[in-house]
Amino acid sequence: MEESVSELRGTFISGRTRSVAWRKNQLEALLDLINENEESIFKALHEDLGKSPVESYRDEIGIIQKSASYSLSCLDKWVAPKKSELPLFLFPAKGEVLPEPLGVVLIFSSWNFPISLSMDPLIGAISAGNTVLLKPSELAPACLYFFIETIPLYLDNKAIKVIGGGAGVGERLLELKWDKIFFTGSPRVGRLVMTAAARYLTPVTLELGGKCPAILDTLSSPAKIKVAAKRIVGGKWGPCTGQACIAIDYLLVEEKFAPTLIELLKKTIKSFFGENIKDLKSISRIVNKHQFQRLHNLLEDPHVAASVVYGGSINEEKLVIEPTILLDPPLDSEIMTEEIFGPLLPIITLKNIEESIEFINSKPKPLVIYAFTEDETFKKRILSETSSGTVTFNDSMVQFLCDALPFGGVGQSGFGRYHGKYSFDTFSHEKAILHRGFYPELEPRYPPWTGFKLRFIKLAYRFDYFGLILLLMGLKKS
Amino acid sequence: MEESIAELRETFKSGRTRSVAWRKNQLKGLLDLITENEESIFKALHQDLGKDPVESYRDEIGVIQKSASYSLSCLDTWVAPKKGELPLLFFPAKAEVLPEPLGVVLIFSSWNFPITLALDPLIGAISAGNTVLLKPSELAPACSSFFIETIPLYLDKEAIKVVCGGADVGERLLELKWDKIFFTGSPRVGRLVMTAAARYLTPVTLELGGKCPAILDTLSSPSKAKVAAKRIVGGKWGSCTGQACIAIDYLLVEEKFASTLIELLKKTIKRFYGENIKDLKCISRIVNKHQFKRLHNLLKDPHVAASIVYGGSVDEKKLVIEPTILLDPPLDSELMTEEIFGPLLPIITLKNIEESIELINSKPNPLVIYAFTEDETFKKRILSETSSGTVTFNDSLVQFVCDTLPFGGVGQSGIGRYHGKYSFDTFSHEKSVLHRGFYPELEQRYPPWSDFKLLFIKLAYRFNYFRLILLLMGLTKS
Repeated sequence: MEESVSELRGTFISGRTRSVAWRKNQLEALLDLINENEESIFKALHEDLGKSPVESYRDEIGIIQKSASYSLSCLDKWVAPKKSELPLFLFPAKGEVLPEPLGVVLIFSSWNFPISLSMDPLIGAISAGNTVLLKPSELAPACLYFFIETIPLYLDNKAIKVIGGGAGVGERLLELKWDKIFFTGSPRVGRLVMTAAARYLTPVTLELGGKCPAILDTLSSPAKIKVAAKRIVGGKWGPCTGQACIAIDYLLVEEKFAPTLIELLKKTIKSFFGENIKDLKSISRIVNKHQFQRLHNLLEDPHVAASVVYGGSINEEKLVIEPTILLDPPLDSEIMTEEIFGPLLPIITLKNIEESIEFINSKPKPLVIYAFTEDETFKKRILSETSSGTVTFNDSMVQFLCDALPFGGVGQSGFGRYHGKYSFDTFSHEKAILHRGFYPELEPRYPPWTGFKLRFIKLAYRFDYFGLILLLMGLKKS
Repeated sequence: MEESIAELRETFKSGRTRSVAWRKNQLKGLLDLITENEESIFKALHQDLGKDPVESYRDEIGVIQKSASYSLSCLDTWVAPKKGELPLLFFPAKAEVLPEPLGVVLIFSSWNFPITLALDPLIGAISAGNTVLLKPSELAPACSSFFIETIPLYLDKEAIKVVCGGADVGERLLELKWDKIFFTGSPRVGRLVMTAAARYLTPVTLELGGKCPAILDTLSSPSKAKVAAKRIVGGKWGSCTGQACIAIDYLLVEEKFASTLIELLKKTIKRFYGENIKDLKCISRIVNKHQFKRLHNLLKDPHVAASIVYGGSVDEKKLVIEPTILLDPPLDSELMTEEIFGPLLPIITLKNIEESIELINSKPNPLVIYAFTEDETFKKRILSETSSGTVTFNDSLVQFVCDTLPFGGVGQSGIGRYHGKYSFDTFSHEKSVLHRGFYPELEQRYPPWSDFKLLFIKLAYRFNYFRLILLLMGLTKS
């Protein structure tokens, strides 16, 4: 392991990865890797998570193709220095901000989107000119195996490496010195990563989780409500059967709409995924026994079980829990205090939808807040009175595809962000550069100090150029 | 202490600090504080560090006036949401990035620029709408007292507080939960801060130190060499007698120029500060006995003492060490391995000035690299082959007053940056916001999956709108 890391450092020091040609070459190779191995990826994702090819394409392959193409097309612009305007009294001078790679980067990815959560940060790290060690999650072993086999065939072996293994390997990696650590996972492990990074003052980006709420307000037509229901169902069970950091965790709705909503959700679930657990299709499964047990336990609390209004069936052998809706489970139950990360949707009813703001604020800041509403005042209140990584109005999940929107959390949901240029930035150091000339030389900036020099400096700070000229011409007194 | 913080959190929750009017009001209050207490500040800085009023104005008062005025004039632009471009696929949709305050912020400032390093971050925190607890360094006690007395008179007491004390107070503060910690100080304490912050996943900005080198290349005229000498002397002893994170730590020059350079530096020092230690003026003193002893010890190493070519005299009672130049002290001496942070300037001679790059790279990344050179190729090499927070060509220290240049370190010199809009950003969370409409509704995004839907999604990802239309019109096959 230490040898691999040394090699990555040697490669970085050689300067090879700084060349824009190298970076583009690697990004193109990554595109080839994805394009030429679509079937293998579909197979690995099906093996690890039971994902359907369409879901795999939409949430993993397509994302990486999009991100890599976007980075390729923008790279020349991103690497260019940006001019900074300087105050006149520094004339002649030029200010710029020049991005440079941080060095040797460690990327930890999570098991739920094993392809995108590894490759998307990798795209950022490569674009920024770093060398990378990728540590995919061992809980998605087929995808891990896929990486170990194919990455060396397409990418620069001495600059981009993959390592497998479990928590033990992760701990050993964290004892080493990195120039940047990018972590996607739980807040608990995020803390360990940041603590380890502190030893070397390594900057970190932590993409964590949280309970992402969806607020459903009164909508002006049944057709819109149907659309909202589809987007809610798609936002809960669509991505990896709810095992996603941006999946809708729970739903907030006014109590008078609950019955109508539940009927609509049931209909939509059946139309998307099938009538019952035996005929379930177009949906992922639970990743492993441990997660299955955890989710099953959430339902075993008698008060929680009593609140199930749809679903609830499980198949331990196949690691399947059917889409389940709960109506007003106890707020202090684990299902309402911990991130669910699975196919259970609690609906919490309120007297007035505006109470949703207070409810959301009583919990740690989530990664996303979803709000289905046409009320502009309510939208403004949500924006100014809550805090989250992102707010998406009237849809779910799609913000993940927008390269113009920074993707990251705040508070317990993480810090730092990526996607699009934010990926490039998160793996770069923006170096400030000031070019000065030798003339004119302003003597008043040097000691020995006098009242005149004090006056000069005061006028300079106020950009009072006229006053400065008068002073220098002896027309202004100290 | 816990009570103060609870109050800060309440104030933040109340939403008062989010209003732009409140922020501007506080910034104006800060400007009044500075403007109306100039004499008291001069007195406190003279007491704590022996700073001359001109140095105090230039490095402390003027900087704060500049920063506060700049923030006031830009605030409306900074708080406004920024539009993001979305792919056509999403139409109709709107994307924006909206800055919001992080919450309750803790600022630790250092003793060497006790006014600036406390108030400049404070300006950023206020501009971004946070509540703040300021913990100035106890090693600048007159300035700390000044803050304790005056801040409550000018600023919103329930939103901005000052707490004094030593390391134990710092430790207790770090046990609590903050939404952001801003720290200026040594890498050793920076590590402790980041480790403590990890417990709550609190984002941190660490402004640390390092050995800031100055490279002096061959210049085309004696007058330019004189200007360079003035800027080197100013950059070493001009700011707090070298006790500055951006002070020139050591100088690199070709051996053939060493003697000329030393004569030039001696002349400049005498002119600026006086002929000898008895007549020293226009220069700060060492902050306290502890730092004095540390610096004195650096000179006690016999090999180091033997390399002194100018200065070396000390006055323990007055805590003064005169400007001292050393020629080629041993590279493994503490003077050359640790950050000096004092009035000792080692000159390291090289056969060829290009070797400076390797020497700099053998040490941790510094906050600034200074290079006095007219050689454009050499400048390019320095920029691409070294890494530092900033690079300044042909001058020293002045990058600090440019609000358009990010000020911060990389690697051991720190994480994060501030000044100008970067201050506002460092205390903000940029929330992404996606506004979507309910129509048109793309059925292809929902299960049950089919080959048609897979093709649709593939074309959508490639922004292949033409083929998408053909597909929908049934004119293109799977």
